[in-house]
Amino acid sequence: MRFSMLTASACALIAVAATSAEAQTTLTIGTVNNSDMIRMQGLTPEFEKAHPDIKVNWVTLEENILRQRVTTDIATGGGQFDVMTIGTYEVPIWAKQEWLKPLDGLGDGYDMDDLIPAIRSALSSDGKLYAAPFYAESVLTLYRKDLFEKAGLTMPEKPTWDFIAEAAEKVTDKDAGIYGICLRGKPGWGENMAFLGNMAREFGANYFDADWKPQFESEGWKKAVTLYVDLMQKYGPPGAASNGFNENLQLFGQGKCGMWMDASVAASFVTDPKQSQVPDKVGFAPAPCGVEGCPNDGFNWLWAWSLAIPNSSQKAEAAQTFISWATSKEYLELVAEKEGWANVPPGTRTSLYENSKYTEAAPFAEATLNAIQHADPSPTDDKPYYGLQFAAIPEFQGIGTAVGQQMAAALSGSATVDQALKQSQAIAEREMSRAGYPK
Amino acid sequence: MATLHTKSAARAMMAPAVIVLLIWMIVPLAMTLYFSTLNYTLYNPISTPFIGFENYSYFLTDPTFLAALANTLILVLGVLAITVIGGILIALLLDQEFYGVNIVRLLVIAPFFVMPTVAALVWKNMMMNPVYGVIGQLLQAVGLAPIDWMTEVPLLSIVIIVAWQWLPFATLILLTALQSLSADQKEAAEMDGAGALSIFWYITLPHMSRAITVVILIQTIFLLSIYAEILVTTQGGPGSQSTNITYLVAQQATSYGDIGAASAGGIVAVVLANIVAIFLVRLIGKNLDA
Amino acid sequence: MARNVTTGRKIGTTILAWFVGLVIFFPILWTFLTSFKTELQAISIPPVFVGFDWTLENYRTIQTQSNYFHFMANSIYLSLGSTALGLIFAIPAAWAMAFSPTKRTKDVLLWMLSTKMLPAVGVLIPIYLLFVRFGLLDSRLGLIVVLFLINLPIIVWMLYTYFKEIPGEILEAARMDGASLGKEITQVLAPMAVPGIASTILLNVILSWNEAFWTLNLTTSNAAPLTAFIASFSSPQGNFYAKLSAASMLAIAPILIVGWFSQKQLVRGLTFGAVK
Repeated sequence: MRFSMLTASACALIAVAATSAEAQTTLTIGTVNNSDMIRMQGLTPEFEKAHPDIKVNWVTLEENILRQRVTTDIATGGGQFDVMTIGTYEVPIWAKQEWLKPLDGLGDGYDMDDLIPAIRSALSSDGKLYAAPFYAESVLTLYRKDLFEKAGLTMPEKPTWDFIAEAAEKVTDKDAGIYGICLRGKPGWGENMAFLGNMAREFGANYFDADWKPQFESEGWKKAVTLYVDLMQKYGPPGAASNGFNENLQLFGQGKCGMWMDASVAASFVTDPKQSQVPDKVGFAPAPCGVEGCPNDGFNWLWAWSLAIPNSSQKAEAAQTFISWATSKEYLELVAEKEGWANVPPGTRTSLYENSKYTEAAPFAEATLNAIQHADPSPTDDKPYYGLQFAAIPEFQGIGTAVGQQMAAALSGSATVDQALKQSQAIAEREMSRAGYPK
Repeated sequence: MATLHTKSAARAMMAPAVIVLLIWMIVPLAMTLYFSTLNYTLYNPISTPFIGFENYSYFLTDPTFLAALANTLILVLGVLAITVIGGILIALLLDQEFYGVNIVRLLVIAPFFVMPTVAALVWKNMMMNPVYGVIGQLLQAVGLAPIDWMTEVPLLSIVIIVAWQWLPFATLILLTALQSLSADQKEAAEMDGAGALSIFWYITLPHMSRAITVVILIQTIFLLSIYAEILVTTQGGPGSQSTNITYLVAQQATSYGDIGAASAGGIVAVVLANIVAIFLVRLIGKNLDA
Repeated sequence: MARNVTTGRKIGTTILAWFVGLVIFFPILWTFLTSFKTELQAISIPPVFVGFDWTLENYRTIQTQSNYFHFMANSIYLSLGSTALGLIFAIPAAWAMAFSPTKRTKDVLLWMLSTKMLPAVGVLIPIYLLFVRFGLLDSRLGLIVVLFLINLPIIVWMLYTYFKEIPGEILEAARMDGASLGKEITQVLAPMAVPGIASTILLNVILSWNEAFWTLNLTTSNAAPLTAFIASFSSPQGNFYAKLSAASMLAIAPILIVGWFSQKQLVRGLTFGAVK
């Protein structure tokens, strides 16, 4: 008797638990541990308050680990994530694989036309949006106005690499712990290769030519890498070959760098007095140019961390509700209200750059918007792939990482520039022929 | 009759463990063998044509394969050398009488409890970073230039990190062995006028030989498959200076998404591990009269 | 009999031993100290040792960002679960190997150990596919099984070497008295084997706690242990040394404390037959 009562109440309990679980959808969201995402995670209660039937479960991982996890999961149909944070490299490839659900239910108030056109097209395939931009970035030259003044330099509106080399020499004061130039050296397709791939473009070279032949031994790559290694060895900080975005951010924030060319999102960190010791001494210029007669739109890269829904998710509707919230205008206002306008995720919506409250709080707004608007990753006659600082083919990830290692070897002096480029060319040719290019 | 009975009982008792391990070994191994003959990438999981040994020739002709092989050996031997020699010295030290033996013991064994990723992160950032790292600051304080560990001596850096993790294990086992050496034996030798060095050489060291064997065997098993420490610190670079076989295989799977090549690499690694195992058994197996 | 040691020598040894101990422990000590600094103090040059304003801010930040106790509970489940399972399979096997050895016992042991040499990355995709098929992804059960399997050879070997040191005569005497197999194990063997088993449990808990390949690749959130927790703090944007230190301390503290308190038990069985 007692036993059966117990069983009955246990059953009732389970039933209650089951119904409440049914009523509430739990979303598992995989994301990168970048500051803007961590802020989003912190604001989740606001979302859950507005949508009491949805609960959000965060999986926040370091970029490389996250990328490995989500790729394995989506390729094997593991179905572990309802929302994945991916970039402009993955979106075209994954959309083509039909791994992603098109985002067609973001709601009426979403105002898709407000998304910056370059970003929207980067995340679309056949006119359908496959990922919603959370924040986007291009490249900027950040420099120390005070150090430039002291050295009697003025940053031109469109700097050239000749000028940058001269400035790096003049600004460097190693005894005072000031290095003229800080650049990415940490190997990886999304680390040093993002910078170097773009620098090679500044000298007129791409990853592959129209016939998919790797270009690492071309004139442009040689000039770019030679200059890069030379500048970094003479005027760069120690340990440059293991410095990625984050390490340079740390160095620049401590006032140890004269110049730094990197993702535009860096601007909001180095101007934030809570994180930087030089918040009001930073100037912004476009990425430098290495060829005669710099083209008007300059050489910018484009990247957008975006939210997408894998096809294997069973909770697409709730997932779209979340994505719509996290990438909406209202979300930007929410962040502004809690953390100030300078901290809102940049680069995704035109209306943000028309908002005077934002442009006043963020001195880097104009330079960022300008760089993003002038980045066009589409294929061209001499560049068969989509992408600027990367090539959106599955093989690029491996090639970029292996070549990045060669560049780090050149930077650390354990290989010459010529050796490193020759190796890179060999690696890339080997991989491309294995993958069956030209396709 | 009784022995027969115990024999079959013994077999029955061993069976569950042996069977689950057999399944654990054979199922993934068979799948890996099968995948290693396919043109199978994560980006094309639907069409996976049979391509015979192409993945093997691709993996074995990888320009970094030989370097990775050499790095694996250096890594294993380097860590073994440091932990065995260091372990003996520290065990000898801890075997002495001094104030606070118990606390020093706790200090020495602590790294054994630290998870590999944490160990690697702490060493990379807080110890070995050329600007903020403690080692760099110490060097600068005495007027030397800081070393950029991860770039200038990547493999040595990893050897140091891994050796730090395994030193306590070696020390503990060697210390237990040392403490089982009877004081009488040593005293007798001392009476005979033997110096400290010859006591160590002729009495202590032979006594510890079995323990040394155990340390080498167990550590080699773990050291052959070092992965997390490389991933967190150098990612195999610069170039391929700190890529070991495990990391090379991992790269095929994670950065190329090439399951065929990774499987072939996995099989190659298994073969190499077995060669090492046979070698180990020949070399030191006798010492372990099982 | 303790030998006479001169005080001078003892002091010399004390200094040397403490120096060595502190050098080995230093990375952990430094992480501990850094975890109470602000981010700017954590990278200040020259470094500050103890003369900073101690703050709990980093720990607070980490707890608001990810629920530490959820990860810790998983770590506990996984390491205890896999250890329990391991003992169930390993004790009979090791007992049989130790007391009824055959010519092949040694081969079986070495074969078991050799299964540990398979590089995990080589079989990641096969295992992942199996986990997808059986719905085991992100389940504690799936991970317990994997951890159990990768540690089983070590457990068997450790128990085997420990059991082997138990004199066989005692068993024979018990058998003469007509003790059954069950009695033989529970009443004669178990009391003698307890230290070895305790030590095995500890080592296995440590190994499972620190396993960072499978635990990271086969979990997302429900079953994610502290190795996944650490991966969220490994290199975020901005200054992160202090937060990383705090997260590191949180990840290693439970096992470090357990290890320290039970080091005597751990050491007693951690001989792998190295001591005769």
